[in-house]
Amino acid sequence: MAEKLADQPQIQAEFRFTDEQNQLRDAVRKFSTEHFAEATVRQLMESDPPFDPKVWTRLGAELGVLGLSVPEADGGVGGTLVDQAVAIEELGARLAVGPFFGTVYLAIPAVVAASSGPARDELLGDLVEGRRTAAVAVIDRAGVFDPDAVTVTVAGDALSGTVSQVVDGGIADVLLVAARGSDGVALYVVDTTAAGVERTPLATLDLTRSEANITFASAAGHLIAGPAEAARVLDHALQVGAALLAVEQVGAAQHLLDLSVEYAKSRLQFGRPIGSFQAVKHRLADLLVDVEHARSTAYHAIWALTDGSDDPALATSIAQAVSSAALSHVATDTIQVHGGIGFTWEHQAHLYYKRAATDAVLLGSAEQHRDRVAAMVLDGATVDRVPWVADGSAV
Amino acid sequence: MSNDADAERVAELARGVVADHDPKKVPAREYLGACYDAGLSWVHFPEGLGGLGVSRGLQAVADRILQGAGGPVPLGLNPMGYGMAAPTIREHAQSEDVKRQWLRPLATTEDLWCQLFSEPGAGSDLAGLATSAVLDGDEWVINGQKVWTSLAHRARWGLLLARTNPDVPKHKGLSYFVIDMHSAGVETRPLRQLTGQAEFNEVYFTDARIPDKHRLGDVGNGWHVAMTTLMNERTALGGSGSRRGAGTIADATGLWASRPERQTPVLRDRLTQLWLRSEAQRLTSERSRAAATVGGPGPEGSIGKLVGAELNQHIYQWCMDFLGPEGLLYRGYDQRAATGERDWQGPIQQKFLRSRANTIEGGTSEVMRNILGERILGLPGDLRADSGMPWKEIPRG
Repeated sequence: MAEKLADQPQIQAEFRFTDEQNQLRDAVRKFSTEHFAEATVRQLMESDPPFDPKVWTRLGAELGVLGLSVPEADGGVGGTLVDQAVAIEELGARLAVGPFFGTVYLAIPAVVAASSGPARDELLGDLVEGRRTAAVAVIDRAGVFDPDAVTVTVAGDALSGTVSQVVDGGIADVLLVAARGSDGVALYVVDTTAAGVERTPLATLDLTRSEANITFASAAGHLIAGPAEAARVLDHALQVGAALLAVEQVGAAQHLLDLSVEYAKSRLQFGRPIGSFQAVKHRLADLLVDVEHARSTAYHAIWALTDGSDDPALATSIAQAVSSAALSHVATDTIQVHGGIGFTWEHQAHLYYKRAATDAVLLGSAEQHRDRVAAMVLDGATVDRVPWVADGSAV
Repeated sequence: MSNDADAERVAELARGVVADHDPKKVPAREYLGACYDAGLSWVHFPEGLGGLGVSRGLQAVADRILQGAGGPVPLGLNPMGYGMAAPTIREHAQSEDVKRQWLRPLATTEDLWCQLFSEPGAGSDLAGLATSAVLDGDEWVINGQKVWTSLAHRARWGLLLARTNPDVPKHKGLSYFVIDMHSAGVETRPLRQLTGQAEFNEVYFTDARIPDKHRLGDVGNGWHVAMTTLMNERTALGGSGSRRGAGTIADATGLWASRPERQTPVLRDRLTQLWLRSEAQRLTSERSRAAATVGGPGPEGSIGKLVGAELNQHIYQWCMDFLGPEGLLYRGYDQRAATGERDWQGPIQQKFLRSRANTIEGGTSEVMRNILGERILGLPGDLRADSGMPWKEIPRG
C-alpha cells in the first residue's frame, strides 16, 4: 500500500473533514434525495435489473463518486478514501440501490491495488466512469482472503468452477474471480456475457442488495493480478470494503435514528408525544451512543487505510464489530419505537432492517470480527501490569 | 491568528516552561505556577488568568508537551478546582481581582476546591435544594447541609449553590457562591461509603457568612451558573485516556493476561465486547475533541459520562466473574481516609464496589439519558409535577 500513499495530496488530520468534503456530502445528499427517494428505491428493488443503469452512469460520469480515491495517474480524481467514505455514508443513508458493494467497495480498490496492465487500466477507467459495473466472485473468510478456500480453477485463460452468493453478481458487467492455476491463485476479470458464464439470481432477504450463484465452464478470463500479488490485492480490497461497508452502516443508522426521533416527537399517546416517556427517550439515547460509536470506529478505519496511522486489519475489524452491531440495534429498535406501523410493508423500517441483517453478515459478522479483535489484542498478550487483587489479609 | 500559528505558540511556551522549570526537579507548586503564568493552565482562558485566549482544542498541544516532560496531571491534584471551579470563576466571578485571587492558588494546588451542590433532599432534582442564603448587610448567612462533598476536609474554597428565594419556582430562587471552608459555621464530617472508605463528606452550615463579592452571577441566577460547573464536571468525568487499551479496561486485560488458567471462551468474548466499547468511546472522545475548535463543553460530554460509568461497572463485574473465589477476598473494612488513598487506587474488589457510584455521581445515568434525549435529540421533556410551583409549596421527602 505504501506506493499508494505517495499519491496522497496531503495528510488530513483524523476526523477533520475539509470544506470540499462537506460540499461533496451536500452534493451526494442532493443527488440521493432526487434519485434514491423511498418510492424510487421500492420501484427499483423489484425491477429487473434491480437498479437504474442510467443513474449509475451519472454517479460515475457526472457526480464522479464511484472511484474518489483512485489516483490521477489511473484516471481518477486523486482524492482520498475519506472522500469516498463521505459519499458512501450519504448513499447508505438513502439505501441507494446499485452494485456499490461489488464495484465501489471491492472491485475498484482491488483493481487500483493491482499492477498496471492493459486489461486492468481499461477496466479501472470504465468502473470509475460508470460505464461498466463489477462484482467480486471471491469467497472471503469473514472479510479476510483465504487462498485455500478458492475452488475455481484456471487452465490457460479458461476458468471453471462455482462461486455461490456473489453480491451484485447477477447485475454486474464483469466479475473479478480468484482462480487456482499451476502457479497458484491469481485474480482474473471475466465478462459476464462471455461464453461459459452462467448466473443464477437468488431471491434475497434484502431486495436492495442482490446475490447470484455463478458457474464458470471454461470461461475466458483476463489476468488482473498474478499469483505474486493476488493475495495482497484482495486483502487490501476486503479491508477497504469492510471500512466502506461500516460507513454505509453509519449512514443507514443515522437515518433510522433521525426517523425514530421524529416519530417519537410527533406520535401522541396518552395525550403526550411518546418521546416524552423515558422508556422511549432512553432507548433513543442508547441508539445515539451506538451511532456515535459506529461513526467513530468506521471513520477511524477509513483514516487508518488512508494514512497508515493504525493497523488496518485491527481498525477495520473494530469498525465492523461495532458498526454491524450498531446498525442491527438501531434497525431493531426503529421498528419497536414505531410500533405497529413499523411492522408494515408500507413503512420504510423493514427495508433498513433487512439491509442491516445483510450488512451484518457481509465481510464478517460482528461476532467474527470480535473474535479477530480478541486474537489481536488478548490472545498471547503479555503481562505488563498486574492489577492489585486483595488477598484476604486485612491491612 | 491561524490555528496553526496558535498551536506553534502554545507548543513553544510549553517547551519554555519545562526547560525553565523541569517538573521532575522543581516542586509541583512552582512548576504549576509557571504553567499558569505562561497561560498554559487553560489555554482558552484570557491572558493573565492562566490562559492565552486561544482555542480550547489547543490544550492538548500544551498537555502533550507538559505531561510528556513528566509534569503532573493537574486535574488529578485539584479535580474540582481545575475541572469545575476554574471555568465557573472565569465566566461568572464579579471582578478581575477576585478571579486573580482565586485562580492562581487554584492552579498551583495551594488551594484545593470542593463542590457543595447535592443535599440529602436534592440529588437528581438538584434545583430543589434547601440550604438557605439570607442577605445581612453585605454578607450572606448560610444555613443547611450538603452531602457527597469530595475533598471538603482538605479544600480551602467551596462552590456553593443555595436558595436565596423560597417563594419562586425552584430554578429561579437559587444563587451561586464561593465559600471559605475555613470560616466559622462550616463543619465537615466524613461520610463512610459501602467500600468502607470515606472519600466524601457531609458539610453543615450554621450561620456561616459569605461576603457578597464572593457571589458568582446575579442573585437568583444560580442555576445558570451551576450549569457551567456541571457541564464541565461531566466532561471531566467522561474524559478518558487517549491511549488505546489504557484506563479501566487495562485492569481487565491485565487480569486476563496474568491468570491464563482462568481464561474461557465466554469470558474472552465478554472482555472483547468491553474492550471494543472502551475503544469506540475513546475514538468518540478523539472525534469530539477534533470537532471542538472553539467554545465550551457541549452535551456530547454526556455521552462520555454515560458510557464511561456503565463501562466501569461492567468491566469490574467482569473482573469479579473472572477472578471467581479470589474475588471474594477483601483487604479489611477499617477506614483509611487519613492515608489519602483514593478508592480508584485500591484493589480490584474495592474498585468493583466503588463502581456502583459511577452511575449515580455527577448525574445519574437516568439523568444522562434524559440529557442526551432532550438536548441532543430534541425530544420533549418529561411531565413535571412541580412545574411553575413556588419552591416552598413543593412536596419533599
